[in-house]
Amino acid sequence: MRAAFYLGVMLPLWSSYLVRVYAWKLLLAKEGVVNWVFAESGLGWMLNALLAIPVIGGPSLSISTLGTFIVFVYIWLPFMILPIQAALERVPQSLIEASADLGARDAATFRRVIFPLALPGIVAGSIFTFSLTLGDYIIPGIIGDSSLFLGQVVFLQQGTAGNVPLAAAFTMVPIAVMAVYLAIAKRMGAFDAL
Amino acid sequence: MRSERRGGASRPLIAGALAGMAFLHVPMLFIFLYAFSSEDQTYLFPPPGLTTKWFGVAWERPDVWQAIRLSLEVATVTTALALVLGTLAALALARTRFFGREAVSLLLVLPIALPGIVTGIALRSAYGLSGIPFGFWTIVVGHATFCIVVVYNNAVARLRRTSPSLVEASMDLGADAFQTLRYVLLPSLGTALLAGGMLAFALSFDEVIVTTFTAGQQTTLPIWMLQELVRPRQRPVTNVVAVVIVALTFIPILAAYYLTRGEEHASGGRL
Amino acid sequence: MVAAVAFDDVSCAFGPVLAVDRVSLEVREGEFFTLLGPSGSGKTTCLRMIGGFQFPTRGRVLIHGADATRRPPYERDVNTVFQDYALFPHMNVRDNIAYGLMVRGVGKAERYRRADEMLELVHLPGSGARRPAELSGGQRQRVALARALINRPRVLLLDEPLGALDLKLRESMQVELKALQRQVGITFVFVTHDQQEALSMSDRVCVFDRGRVEQTGTPEEIYDRPATRFVAGFVGTGNLLEGAQAQRLAGVDSAVMLRAERIAIEPRRAGGVPGVVKEVEYLGAFIRYIVDAGDGVELLVNAARREFERGAEVTLTWPEAACHRVPEARA
Repeated sequence: MRAAFYLGVMLPLWSSYLVRVYAWKLLLAKEGVVNWVFAESGLGWMLNALLAIPVIGGPSLSISTLGTFIVFVYIWLPFMILPIQAALERVPQSLIEASADLGARDAATFRRVIFPLALPGIVAGSIFTFSLTLGDYIIPGIIGDSSLFLGQVVFLQQGTAGNVPLAAAFTMVPIAVMAVYLAIAKRMGAFDAL
Repeated sequence: MRSERRGGASRPLIAGALAGMAFLHVPMLFIFLYAFSSEDQTYLFPPPGLTTKWFGVAWERPDVWQAIRLSLEVATVTTALALVLGTLAALALARTRFFGREAVSLLLVLPIALPGIVTGIALRSAYGLSGIPFGFWTIVVGHATFCIVVVYNNAVARLRRTSPSLVEASMDLGADAFQTLRYVLLPSLGTALLAGGMLAFALSFDEVIVTTFTAGQQTTLPIWMLQELVRPRQRPVTNVVAVVIVALTFIPILAAYYLTRGEEHASGGRL
Repeated sequence: MVAAVAFDDVSCAFGPVLAVDRVSLEVREGEFFTLLGPSGSGKTTCLRMIGGFQFPTRGRVLIHGADATRRPPYERDVNTVFQDYALFPHMNVRDNIAYGLMVRGVGKAERYRRADEMLELVHLPGSGARRPAELSGGQRQRVALARALINRPRVLLLDEPLGALDLKLRESMQVELKALQRQVGITFVFVTHDQQEALSMSDRVCVFDRGRVEQTGTPEEIYDRPATRFVAGFVGTGNLLEGAQAQRLAGVDSAVMLRAERIAIEPRRAGGVPGVVKEVEYLGAFIRYIVDAGDGVELLVNAARREFERGAEVTLTWPEAACHRVPEARA
C-alpha cells in the first residue's frame, strides 16, 4: 500500500510532462470528458456559470485561466507531495505518542507537533512548484486564454521575434524572484528537508 | 523502522489519499482510451467507436520514427555523460571538505531549482554568443545540466548511507585511493548509479522546455508532440505517440524505483 | 628494544578543539596495550593516528622506530578492527577477509586458502560464502578480526570492538581475544571506555582524560596506585578522602584513595571509625554498604555477606597500607 502510493507519486514526477498536459487538453475540451460529465449529471449550468465569471472564465475550460490553474496544480502536485512526505517520515513515531501521552488529541497533535515539523517540507515543495510555474510557458500556451505568461514572453522573444537579449532580460525576473524566495526558504530550514 | 506499521491511518485520511492518487492518474487513462478512438477530428467523449488502426498509421510515419530515434540517441548520450560527471561530483563532494565546496554543490542543484526557461535562455545565449551551431550536442549539453543532478543525488544519498569506515578499512588493508574506488566505492554505488542513470534517461527522453531553446531545427519526440499540441493536425497519431512516451518513460522509472527501494529518495526536480 | 608504537609529544586539534594534548607514550612489542578513558577523552583519536586516518597537528608518531607521522594507512604495517566492523557489504566473508591480499596482488587460490585459514583461527570455519548481513554481531566481529590479521600486521588496532555485543558475549570474546593475542603474538592496541574490560585483558593500560594521559601502568598499578584523582575515580569503586576528612579518618594530610573492598565492616566496638549504615545494595556477588562516617562523609564498603541493615551502628577498619596517597590534580 505504502509502496504503491509512493510509486503513484513518483511516476508522474519523473515522466511524461507533455503527455500529462495533453491528457488535460483532452479532458477539458468543449466536447471532452469534463463537459460530458457535467452535462450528463445535469450540472452543466454550474460549469457554464463558472466559465461566465470574468478573468478566470472563458469559452471552455481548455481556453480559460481556470483551466490553466487546474493543469498547473495537477502537473506540479507530486513536487509538493514528496518533500512533505520526506519531512513527515522523519518525524519519529515516539513524538506523536509522546504528544498523545501528554494529553493532546489528534487535532492538537497535528497542529502542535506534526505540522510544525512538516513545515520545512512544505516550504521545500513550494520552491519547486513556485519555480516551475514561474518558468513554464507550455501549459499556458496549450491550455488557457490568449494572455501571456512570463515564460511565454521569453520564449516568443527569443524565437519568433529573434530578440535573445530582451528574452534574457525577462528571465532576470524569475531569477530575482527565486533568489528572494530561496533566501526566505533557507531561513525556514527548507533545505534540510530536501 | 520502515517495516513497522505506524498506527493505522484513519478512514478519511485514506479516502483523501486515494482521491489524490485518482486526481494524479485518472487523466492519464483517458490518453489510452483516446488512442483507440475512431474519431479523428475532435476530442469527442465518449468516443463514437473503438479501433486499433491508428497504431498502424503511426507505425508508417517516418517523422515519428525520426523523432523517436533522435530522442533515444540524445537520452543515451546524456545518460552516459551524466553518469560520469554526476558520480565524480558526488565522490568529490560527499567525503571531502574543500574551499568552495558549498558553492559547487549549489551550482549542481541550481538547474533544477531554476525555471527551465532560465536554463534554456542561458544556453541559447551562450551558444549564440560563442557561435556554436545548434545540433545533436547542443541538445545533449542542455539535458546534461539537469541529468547530472539526478545521478549526483542518487550517488550522494548512497554514499551517505555507506559507513565512512569502509573507506578507512580498505586503506587500512593496503588499498590505495584507486583500488578503494574500484573495489569498495563503485561497487557500493552500483545500483544507485543504475537507478540514477535510468531516471536521467527518462528525464532526457521526456524533456521539452530546455530542448526548445537548444534544438534548433531538430525534432525530438517531445518537440514533435509539442508541435502537435499547439497546432493539432494528426490527433490520432498524437494519441498513439503519447502512449509510447508513457511506456518508454515509465519502464526506466519503475526499474529505478526497484533498484533503490528502501533508500531515501532525493526529491529532486526535473525541469 | 624498539617500541612497537611511540608517540612523541603528539597533539591533534580539530579546529579549536584540542582532542589530543601533547601525549607521549610507548607501546612495547608484543603487549596487549589498552587506551582507556571516557568518550571524548582522545583515546580513539590516538588510535586513528596510529592507523593513519588522522594526522597529528604536532609531534611525531613512530611505528617500530620509523617515523610514520604522515604516512597514509595503506603504507603502514598496522591493521584495524573498526568499531562498526566496516565489513564490505557487497562482498562475501571470504572476499572480505582476502581483501588485503587482493589489493596486494596475491593470486586467487592463495588468498582464498589463507582466508580459510583465518576463518579457522577465529572459529568460523566454512562460513566464507556468507554475506556480512547474514552474520550475527559476534560473527561479524570475528570476520573483522580475521580480515585485519590476514596481512600479518605487526600491530593490531582495536577500536571498541566489543562495544556492540551483549554482556555474556562480550565476556567470552574478552577471553578469546586475549587468547588470540597470545597465539598470534602481535602487539594489540585496544581502545575501550569499559574499565573492567581494560583491567581484565591488558598487559598495560593507559588512562586518558580530556586529551591527556593520566597514567600508564599495569592493571594492578592503575587499580591499586592511581596516579591522579581522575584515575582513582574512573577505575574501580573507591572512596576519595581529602583535606580534613583524610586527616581525621586516615591520619594523613594529603588526599587518599581507599578501595571499597579493603574496608572491613563489623558491629560497633571501640576503636576504628564509627559509622551508621545508610543504604544497602545487593549486587549479586557482593553487598555494597553506604556508611555515614560523620561530618557528611559517606564511605562505600563492599562486603561478602549481608550482615547489617539500614540504621545499623557499625565500625569500619582498614589496614594502613590500603590508603593510597593520590597526588593533587595535575597541573
